[in-house]
Amino acid sequence: MLQVLLLTFSVVTVARAELCKPDAQNAFKVRLSIKTALGDNAYAWDANEEYLFKAMVAFTMRRYSSKTTTQISNVLLCNVTDRVSFWFVVTDSSKNTTVPGSEVEAAIRMNRNRINNAFLLSDKTLQFLKISSTLAPPVEPSTPVWLIVFGVVLCLIVAAIVFLVVAGIQQRKKKNKESTERENLEEKGEVTITIENGIPCETLDLKAGHINGVFSADDERFTSL
Amino acid sequence: VFTLHATGKGLESQGYFTQMSKDLPIDVPPEAPKEDGRPKWDNKFQYILSCIGFAVGLGNVWRFPYLCQIHGGGAFLIPYFIALIFEGIPLLHLELALGQCLRKGSISAWRAISPYLGGVGVGSWMVSVLVSLYYNTVLTWVMWYFVNSFQDPLPWSVCPLNENRTGLNEECYESTAVNYFWYRKTLNITPDIAESGTLQWWLVLCLAACWAIVYLCTIRGIETTGKAIYVTAIFPYLVLTIFLIHGLTLPGATEGLAYLFTPDLNVLKNPRVWLDAATQIFFSLSLAFGGLIAFSSYNPPKNDCEKDAVTVAIVNSLTSLYASIPVFSVLGFKATTGYWDCLDRNIISIINEFDLPEQSIMRQNYTDWITFLNSSYPEKIAGLRLKSCDLQEFLDQSVSGSGLAFIVFTQAIILMPGSQAWAILFFIMLFSLGLSSMFGNIEGVFTPLLELQIISKSIPKELLSGIICLVSFLIALCFTLSSGSYWIDIFDRYAGSLPLLVIAFFEVIGVVYVYKIKRFSEDVKWMTGRKLNLYWQITWRFISPLLLVIVFVAFVTLQIQKPPTYTAWNPKHEDFPVKEEKAYPPWVQAICVLLAVLPCIFVPLVALFQLVKRMWRSKDPSFLPPEVFSCQEVNRNFSHPKK
Repeated sequence: MLQVLLLTFSVVTVARAELCKPDAQNAFKVRLSIKTALGDNAYAWDANEEYLFKAMVAFTMRRYSSKTTTQISNVLLCNVTDRVSFWFVVTDSSKNTTVPGSEVEAAIRMNRNRINNAFLLSDKTLQFLKISSTLAPPVEPSTPVWLIVFGVVLCLIVAAIVFLVVAGIQQRKKKNKESTERENLEEKGEVTITIENGIPCETLDLKAGHINGVFSADDERFTSL
Repeated sequence: VFTLHATGKGLESQGYFTQMSKDLPIDVPPEAPKEDGRPKWDNKFQYILSCIGFAVGLGNVWRFPYLCQIHGGGAFLIPYFIALIFEGIPLLHLELALGQCLRKGSISAWRAISPYLGGVGVGSWMVSVLVSLYYNTVLTWVMWYFVNSFQDPLPWSVCPLNENRTGLNEECYESTAVNYFWYRKTLNITPDIAESGTLQWWLVLCLAACWAIVYLCTIRGIETTGKAIYVTAIFPYLVLTIFLIHGLTLPGATEGLAYLFTPDLNVLKNPRVWLDAATQIFFSLSLAFGGLIAFSSYNPPKNDCEKDAVTVAIVNSLTSLYASIPVFSVLGFKATTGYWDCLDRNIISIINEFDLPEQSIMRQNYTDWITFLNSSYPEKIAGLRLKSCDLQEFLDQSVSGSGLAFIVFTQAIILMPGSQAWAILFFIMLFSLGLSSMFGNIEGVFTPLLELQIISKSIPKELLSGIICLVSFLIALCFTLSSGSYWIDIFDRYAGSLPLLVIAFFEVIGVVYVYKIKRFSEDVKWMTGRKLNLYWQITWRFISPLLLVIVFVAFVTLQIQKPPTYTAWNPKHEDFPVKEEKAYPPWVQAICVLLAVLPCIFVPLVALFQLVKRMWRSKDPSFLPPEVFSCQEVNRNFSHPKK
């Protein structure tokens, strides 16, 4: 009895080993870069983490095709290296054949986010080789940002130009009004620019003038009263 | 004080005073100042700052560091300073003294020196027009990058997806995101200069904004530019200092600086280095544009133009040096980051291939590991096709011109934390640098027009500057076509280089040999109060004209040696992303020749015209030969206020 049991066990193990090996049919290689993602908070990859991985894959298969009941024992891991990388396959309930790769791929793509979050990793640090991740479309606001900034800048410039032009026109009008007023007043003869012998009086107020001795002596010709 | 009464001058005297009537001649005594109504600078600092702002431009940031790098680092400073002393400072002093003495813009000033030399003024006016057109389009690109710097993430840091969202855009993927944003999203460039493409509406908007800013600042000539220059000339120094401090803290900065400044004295044997130094000094000081003459024409005549010239030239050169430090710190940082990325990529490949634990191979022990693995598993290593990572190679990727600002620097900015702030600062700095140079260019166009009799009487200044800006905007629209940047390269290479050398040569010859240097020395002595010393005499008479001739001949020889080519961005080219080298079609070559010759042709044309006019007129018996003109006579009646 014991011998039969041993025999079946070894057959099963060999069979399972046959199912999961590098480059086997429907097998996928997984590569984790925990230290790159988490730095000092990196956890060590041990049997517990492997158990979690198996559980996540089983969960994914269950979510994908709700009719099958995949158990954790259906997920086989092998060739775990220090890198951390390993191969895995998903067997079906009879444990004799593997679930087709396309199904596994589709399932994992659907739930990639959940798997990543369970391990605190991302698409780049938890790589399923041969399974490409869908790229997120870039977020684009309805009005491009640059147009808003440009509008602000342009409004400021136009406001400043209008202000300067209007100020210039006003200044010119004021100058014109002043000069026409002055001309009008001159024509009416009310503005006097006082002149002495053809020399405007203001210039004669310069301190550079000389006192002509002949005429300052004038006072002495007349006797004081 | 005489009274008319006392001298008995007659019945017109009604008392001590009479009223002014329009037919009495008024004798103004010689001491009273005669104002000529010319606008003037608010203070000397404004004038110096305007000259510095005009000289310090985009070339100080993106041409000088490149030249330093390719011509042996610190050793380049030797020909550079020799050119500064024998070519830059003398020509600068000449222009400033000329404008200050004659108090006129370039066209009228040269006509006053000698009617035969009027063409020099027209030539420099023409060059100012051509350069203003394309220079503002470069500012348009700067503005476009500036308004795009407010996004997170920066638009030139990520590649967009392709149409069916399965991967990245192909053109972007094969080159880099930065290249893609520049060539596709900004320029939308065509693969050939003959294919014009359409107007790019976003560039048209930015161009309109740039010309509006230029109009705003030059609306009343130096009254408004004098106020604006305080900001646009000083702000770049602030930003350069901030970048200097930040750049020096970046990893790899010291490698970049060592690479830049390590002197290689062997380059001095190469004549190309001397030529580049001479042309760099010449174009960097913005000589022969007429803008400097315009600026100094608003000065009071008794101003020390000699000290001004030396100040402006030295500040310009020091700024070039100062700007090259942050530029090369950042380039060193970029090269180091690129080198580290290359190493990291190789390390990841090796770790994945051999399933080694993470972080077992670090950058420091990479070479040891490689030698070990190469000896034990050579086929596996060969199969990985690892790229050889060499820091020197990354540092050697030298770029100048717009490529430095819009491709290399923007890539470096993405790598810095807080990239939006750095991008905004950088592009505002470039914009200020370019704008202060634009002021000088526009002044070179504006001031001579203002002095033409027909224009100054009929239209106000605001309208004239508005017309100049509007017409320039409409013509510059052709630079916003898809092939626009190829045309800007053409304008830069042909209109903004050769004619300036010719005009400067005729300027020196005109002043020294036509106006006669003896007379000019007297004028300068009157203005500065000092006699012209031997240095100016020798450089003005012999050294500077000789240097200009040599530079001109060397320049032309280099241009003629091979047919002119350009590099085109062609995604369908087999070597893409390397740019494709193409030859200019014949009609484009004709335009190049036209651009180079057009400003120069005015010099002989106007001289010939005057000669013919003079010969025709000399047959007229009532013809008087023109008076001998002297700078001092213009200013005899001008007394500046005693401070």
